[in-house]
Amino acid sequence: MRLRRTMLYLPGNNPNMLLRGHLFKPDGLILDLEDAVAMREKDAARILVRDVLRQGNFGACEVTVRINGMDTSYWKEDLEAVVPTGIHGIRVPKVEDPKDMVLLDKTLSEIETRAGVPLGKTLVFCLLETAKGIWRAYEIATASKRVTAIIPGGEDLTADLRTNRSAEGTELEGVRKMLVLAARAAGVDALDTVFPRITDDEGLRKEVGFIKQLGFDGKSVIHPNQIPIIHDVFTPTEKEIEKAKRIVAAAKEAAERGLGAVSVDGRMVDRPVVKRAEFTLIRAGLSEEVHS
Amino acid sequence: MIRNALGRELPESIPGYGVVKPFLGHDKRVPEGNRDGGRIKATFGNQTDKVLPDIKAAIAASGLKSGMTVSFHHHLRNGDYVVNMVIDACAEMGIRDLTLFPTALFGVHKKLIPHIKSGVIRRIMGSVNGPIGQLVSEGGMEEPVVLRSHGGRPRAVTCGDVHIDVAFLAAPRADRYGNLSGVGSKSACGSLGYAFTDAMYADCVVAVTDCLQPYPIGNVSISQLYVDFVVAVESIGDPAGIVSGTTQITRDPLRLLISRYAAQLIEASPYFKNGISFQTGAGGIPLAVTAFMKEAMKRREVKGSFGLGGITGYFVDLLKEGYVERLLDVQSFDLEAVRSIASNPDHVEISADWYANPWNKGCAVNMLDVVILGATELDKDFNANVNTEADGALLHGIGGHQDTAAGAKLTIISQPLLRGRIPCVVDSVYSVTTPGEVVDAVVTEYGVTINPRRQDLIDAAKEAGNFPLLSMEELLAKAKDLVGPMEPVQTEERIVGVIEWRDGTVIDVVRQLKAKA
Repeated sequence: MRLRRTMLYLPGNNPNMLLRGHLFKPDGLILDLEDAVAMREKDAARILVRDVLRQGNFGACEVTVRINGMDTSYWKEDLEAVVPTGIHGIRVPKVEDPKDMVLLDKTLSEIETRAGVPLGKTLVFCLLETAKGIWRAYEIATASKRVTAIIPGGEDLTADLRTNRSAEGTELEGVRKMLVLAARAAGVDALDTVFPRITDDEGLRKEVGFIKQLGFDGKSVIHPNQIPIIHDVFTPTEKEIEKAKRIVAAAKEAAERGLGAVSVDGRMVDRPVVKRAEFTLIRAGLSEEVHS
Repeated sequence: MIRNALGRELPESIPGYGVVKPFLGHDKRVPEGNRDGGRIKATFGNQTDKVLPDIKAAIAASGLKSGMTVSFHHHLRNGDYVVNMVIDACAEMGIRDLTLFPTALFGVHKKLIPHIKSGVIRRIMGSVNGPIGQLVSEGGMEEPVVLRSHGGRPRAVTCGDVHIDVAFLAAPRADRYGNLSGVGSKSACGSLGYAFTDAMYADCVVAVTDCLQPYPIGNVSISQLYVDFVVAVESIGDPAGIVSGTTQITRDPLRLLISRYAAQLIEASPYFKNGISFQTGAGGIPLAVTAFMKEAMKRREVKGSFGLGGITGYFVDLLKEGYVERLLDVQSFDLEAVRSIASNPDHVEISADWYANPWNKGCAVNMLDVVILGATELDKDFNANVNTEADGALLHGIGGHQDTAAGAKLTIISQPLLRGRIPCVVDSVYSVTTPGEVVDAVVTEYGVTINPRRQDLIDAAKEAGNFPLLSMEELLAKAKDLVGPMEPVQTEERIVGVIEWRDGTVIDVVRQLKAKA
């Protein structure tokens, strides 16, 4: 299980950020070839991102690249440039048709085979930026084994919904709930869209608390200063950690003694509760307690 | 040629400077003999008004002649009108070959360039930067500039290395009998710390003010005991350039990251306990370090003793909120600091002598636990260069760099590993300002690099375990890996700058840049 609390966008045309983004210790990086890069800089950014990926120093981050949409002429070139470097995954914008995922899977397999990258290594993160994409979220998430996470759009999606983004996020509430439901049904991660007001730390904290409660696994990040705040919200409290430790320890003991049922604090707990406790410990950075 | 303790090659004597005393080590040179002094003067009851009609009258009355040394303070920073005003008047009066002895010069003083070219100014002892720095670096002055630290300068005056003939002191407020104040007027600058030694040791002291009030004024910094003449002018400076508005903590994520690591290092150090004293200065990183330190002090219920040096509104808040007991202020950076020094008895004005002179009976930096500094470049021996840019041009004065580094128990240099494609860590710095023997750690966005002679700090950092630690070799390799090799600076033999260690020995020299083809 991989933590994806924070995935930081890095403009594909900015060598400073591309080289240093990992220093802010997000869980993942998104080297962006799409919206951050102007049309006339697409080729230069692609070469820059490829070279930075080859140089390959990203700490413990999961490294992904946002390619240009499959409705543009760039996406295949983007894949040809970045997939051979062995990145963890690609983020695909404006997905709304499961068939595109089948085509993408096939294309990725071809490139992986040619480049000597293990087949199926490159994961896919789908940005659902239209009403249609959200509506077909489950189908998209299950169209290829590579699909690892689904992410709602922000600005594009609200425009498509014929509304706009508010501070409270009312317009995205239903979408977010649908997205979590689809992600859980498909067995993929639910990652949230960016919080655009980069100096509004309190607003960010509130939104992250909200999406965490909805069930999201993490959030896309547009500015490094947002990372510690999001990690803070996603980090379990001491009380939660203590309880999780007791549950995991009890489950282990039960397993060793060959017992099916687990009792903690005088109450029976079932398998899903144990799994959630394990996840709590992973989020707290205590994965060794789960695996020991 | 001789070699100093850092292995830098120096001539035995430099034209326009004199005999070179090589740097021996940071605390090796001790003084002998008596202090220098100004002329004794008598003033009787029939002289009750020191006001003269204008600058020229004051120059004439002071006895200033060609070839003499004139001094200025830099409390009006980039808003200063006084230096240009006085040198313009000297030029008009036919005075030439002056030695300019400012505590620092700023961009606004580029107007002095014609006076350098025409020979009104023959020599500068003090920091040169911007266009004047470029001019000097390219060999545009006959005699080398002499760079001294904020503590080295009063040392040079009190021991007689430099004798000031006339000190022109910009005074935001004054009375007719020569009491001077830095507060309570439109040109307020707060502390007048850098001006004290000049007032006490110059043969003649001329105060220049734009706020002349009846005798006696309050909030006196420099008293009538030292001042010969007072001149009132329309304006001594532009308030916008004298003090900045509110100081804001950087939002630049890279600088915040560096600041966080620096604060974590301080928290891990043995000095983070009740009574901690610190100097962090102005600027993006230092201010953010202070903010992170405050968080840690709150969390761990630690109360500090004093904040030192250049004071900002942020430090004033620390004082008000009880995180420090006292502020020792040699230079007030913003309006909040100016307001505070005028009204809060725990916000104490100190002179540069008190602040940093190694040759008195104890200066403030000796009591300092932690200082955060910057540098243009550092080398594998932790030697720091703040004077020259990567291209070899004179860029900055020393400020309190040497003094605080030598005095503080924990000296941290914090800055990004790269400025564009220029690395801040190199094999050997182009010129040395502060020796590695007084630098304890370097903090960059890649983590904390501790001087190997501080094994105690390395152990403490490892125990804390909450920030990345890397060796100087690793940091250097990273810089080289990212930017590749630098072209060495091409210079002539001629020396255009002498960098003194705070004790008056020569730590390095700066040579004339080769003209670009």
